[in-house]
Amino acid sequence: MQNQSITQRLANPTRFMQLTDWLMPLTAAIAVVVIAAGLYLALFVAPPDYQQGETVKIMFIHVPSAWLGMMGYLMIAISSFGLLVFRHPLADVSAKAAAPIGAAFTLLALITGSLWGKPMWGTYWVWDARLTSVLILFFLYLGLMALRSALDDESLAAKQAAVLGLVGVVILPIIKFSVDWWNTLHQPASVVKLDGPAIHSSILVPLLVNAVGFSILFLALHMKAMRNEVLRRRVKALRLAEVERAAKRERTAAAPAE
Amino acid sequence: MSGFMRLLRRDLLLAWREGGALGTALGFYLVVVALMPLGLGPDLNLLSRIASGILWVALLLAALLSLPRIFETDADDGALDVMALGTLPLELVAGAKSLAHWISTGIPLAIMAPVLGVLLNLEVRAYPLLFATMLAGTPAISFLGAIGAALTIRARRGGLLLALLVLPLYVPTLIFGITAINAALLSPDGFAASFLILSAISLVSVVLGPIAAAAALRTQME
Repeated sequence: MQNQSITQRLANPTRFMQLTDWLMPLTAAIAVVVIAAGLYLALFVAPPDYQQGETVKIMFIHVPSAWLGMMGYLMIAISSFGLLVFRHPLADVSAKAAAPIGAAFTLLALITGSLWGKPMWGTYWVWDARLTSVLILFFLYLGLMALRSALDDESLAAKQAAVLGLVGVVILPIIKFSVDWWNTLHQPASVVKLDGPAIHSSILVPLLVNAVGFSILFLALHMKAMRNEVLRRRVKALRLAEVERAAKRERTAAAPAE
Repeated sequence: MSGFMRLLRRDLLLAWREGGALGTALGFYLVVVALMPLGLGPDLNLLSRIASGILWVALLLAALLSLPRIFETDADDGALDVMALGTLPLELVAGAKSLAHWISTGIPLAIMAPVLGVLLNLEVRAYPLLFATMLAGTPAISFLGAIGAALTIRARRGGLLLALLVLPLYVPTLIFGITAINAALLSPDGFAASFLILSAISLVSVVLGPIAAAAALRTQME
């Protein structure tokens, strides 16, 4: 029992619930503090861009949202793998909980991006590779959620969604490298590069603080959603057990009358 | 004759003798293409410019309509369970069925496309290009579609769900099919790059599709 990895130890839903009982509020509080600091730095400390003016501040929301939209899908893919290969009992809970959160961040990235695109590019939407591939990511999220809601059998829905989740992971490298492979209007990578970031530190620091804050927020939301899902399944199991008991009582009550 | 070939032959025979399904797909293709000029107005210059795009999108929709057929009837009458118990790996079963779908639906739709191009005033130069890109791209449609078909066998509202699951996966095929045609119309040597990527997408789908479809089928049989 000593040599278990963290994921193995968390395989027990009760232990997971105990751990997240205090970890979830803690991460949520940290997320609030970090995001507040990041937003303060972004809105009041960071200078306006000499070309973009104040609109550059949309980027402090847009970039972290886009990263987390992709991270959410990565989370789903890893969870799907964990479900199909290791039969990890919480993997499906994790995959199911991550889908709406990742979809929300992806939508946020799309909306903030188009709000920024209007003053900068003169249009809300262009069909370049980066925007299109992120839109496909959003459709994949919708497909995953729709597939789950269309199947009544939950364990079947879990496995089916895991298969689809793993197939869809092809989109992640396409999104990441779309700005390099195609000549797009969307700017190429400027933070994560081999020869260091191409952004001045006055912009980069608030951006990274926000990215960290958003990531912690994602973790907190994900934990909360997983807790809800575990509780929902428990309630469902209890209800089913209650129905079973009631049916048994009725049978025994009816038996002497025959 | 190996099990793979026998299954392929059986599915093709079924598709041929049923007949109705292919006719429906071709008819749907015709109607969608015929609706476009009514919506866009009968401007022949405009139609000629966007003809290849319309033909590609309508082909995706028509193929989508026929996707449930890959597994549905066999799942309904239990033949799929028998196949799963047989000696042929489920991956090859899914592969044979996808291949049968490509031969019985993908190729006829691709052959039909240049004919419908007449309706849209497609440039004469574009006819062979359109046919070539569709022939190279439709395997991706059948083999990726098999994943969606396998996932939605037991789903409620399966048809609509299938569209939502599969159409995002079709986007690369569509993009490179259209790019190949447009590039070739602009310059004679612009065709190869996009066409090769399109073929690569198809080849990857031929490998990936049956594996994922078989995984999806297995989860439903446990």
